[in-house]
Amino acid sequence: MIRSRKELTKAVLIVSPSIAAITVFVYGFILWSLRTSVSAWEGIRPNYTFVGLRNYARLFRSSRFQIDLWNTAYFTVFFIAVCIVFGFLLAYLINKQIRGEGFFRTVYMFPMALSFIVTGVLWRWVLNPTAGVNVLLAGLGLPSSWGWYTDTTRIGGFHLALISIIAAASWQFIGYTMAIYLAGLRSIPEQLLESARMDGANEFTIIRRIILPMLRPITLSAMIVLGHISLKIFDLVMAMTGRGPAFATDFPGVFMFETTFRGNRYGEGAAISTVMLLMVAVVIVPYLAYTFRKEHS
Amino acid sequence: MTAGVASLGSARWAVVQRRVLLYVVLGIFVVLFLGPVYVLLVTSLKTFQDVSLSEMWVFPRAVSLEAFRAALIRLGPNLRNSFVLVIPATLVTAAIGSINGYVFSKWRFRGSNIVFALILFGMFIPYQAILIPLVQFLRTIGLYGNLGGLILTHVIYGIPITTLMFRNFYAEIPDELLEAGYMDGLELFGVYRRIMLPLSAPGLVVVVIWQFTSVWNDFLFAVTITQRPGVQPITVALQNLAGSQVVEWNVQMAGALIAAVPTLIIYILLGKYFIRGMLAGSVKG
Repeated sequence: MIRSRKELTKAVLIVSPSIAAITVFVYGFILWSLRTSVSAWEGIRPNYTFVGLRNYARLFRSSRFQIDLWNTAYFTVFFIAVCIVFGFLLAYLINKQIRGEGFFRTVYMFPMALSFIVTGVLWRWVLNPTAGVNVLLAGLGLPSSWGWYTDTTRIGGFHLALISIIAAASWQFIGYTMAIYLAGLRSIPEQLLESARMDGANEFTIIRRIILPMLRPITLSAMIVLGHISLKIFDLVMAMTGRGPAFATDFPGVFMFETTFRGNRYGEGAAISTVMLLMVAVVIVPYLAYTFRKEHS
Repeated sequence: MTAGVASLGSARWAVVQRRVLLYVVLGIFVVLFLGPVYVLLVTSLKTFQDVSLSEMWVFPRAVSLEAFRAALIRLGPNLRNSFVLVIPATLVTAAIGSINGYVFSKWRFRGSNIVFALILFGMFIPYQAILIPLVQFLRTIGLYGNLGGLILTHVIYGIPITTLMFRNFYAEIPDELLEAGYMDGLELFGVYRRIMLPLSAPGLVVVVIWQFTSVWNDFLFAVTITQRPGVQPITVALQNLAGSQVVEWNVQMAGALIAAVPTLIIYILLGKYFIRGMLAGSVKG
């Protein structure tokens, strides 16, 4: 395309306000947060007196933060696993030329339109220990005295109360996972599967040997997207349980918010946010680099 | 029955069996997905006296709109706040994203890919990592605690995702079309206005829906920036309602439904675009 130098300069000028805004509000503010995290700032008034890594040291010694990290790890693993397994299953089934496909898709995906706050308020009621699912279980003659999000049992670092959060979050994101798998499944040529069937491969072999390997990029994106949601989880927890009994459902996002804006311990709050940023960056930066390198070649 | 089975032939029968199993599994998931919605509806249609924990799953004895009335009285102003917030935040961000997307898809300047990746990173960060400076900044310019500050925040942090969506959308428009515009003597802006913009209606719908939904559903920015109940958007008000002393489940459920209705309507009416936005949200490069 013919592009004069003048035109190209104009193009750069158009995007430069956005670039400036992102530079200041993303990168500048991250640096400002970092500075806060090594400062003595406690109380309403900013105080940037340098205290080294004191806030971080305090943080990693605190038992609450250790619980938070465990909760994040368990939540991330189970949330991703549940969404991927059921998201794939539903996509696979829906792709079988079924009647009423539109209806099923609409039902599985509508929670995506909801706020995490709505989901949280709703699931707090659904899993209410004295009502909710327990009443249904009792009606069926099954064990029905589950504590759900009030449970304080901890098995190998895993708080049973997390099951409730995982259930609610998965309810909201299985549909999304299904949608991206469905798009992927539709891009696999039918002849490929047909010829495998002709060779006598059964359905499980086809899934394992052909479909899943071909969908690997989609599984990767799903893991990234779901993973960065789980590392940042905040809204859902606030609406459902808050930090929970004995921090059973506490996460770094909740801890950061309470420390900073309820406790006015800005230095420590900023330290928590730095750890959150690092966790997300470890996942996202290689992914972005990979995506852009692929696009370039 | 047995005769029918035999006449179908065993291979055919296996197919039928598998089909039935398929629909049973899909049906179970429909129940799992809609069960909570059922509870939400029946609870919100009960009176406070009628909400008994043991009869949670039972249909109301008498359908009552009492809970909706109470929820609307309490959340009405916040519902209005949400609209006041969402409409400008959506339109301004969409406009910025559109022009940015045009440049990043059709005007590759040196380093434009790296710049774009750096912008994109902004949509993944945990916003906690910029929250403290943001509050200080908004305080300094006098926008802390009001909807103006919240609108500005959503516009800025909405730039990466809307730029990405428009860029991917414009990338599909063939370069020849732009060349033709150049031949006709159009320049950078002319091509954007006369060629790109008219073609971008579907892309615009996707972006507007996406941005509307994410700003409407936001909680973290809203709860941090707006402190007074009078200026808070609906998500924060709903969360406060749920945290109040007397747990009026019927009012809470009615409130949750009210908070969900605008985005649900969009999803039901424009589902195709909604899903496209969702898929674009996961970076495809």
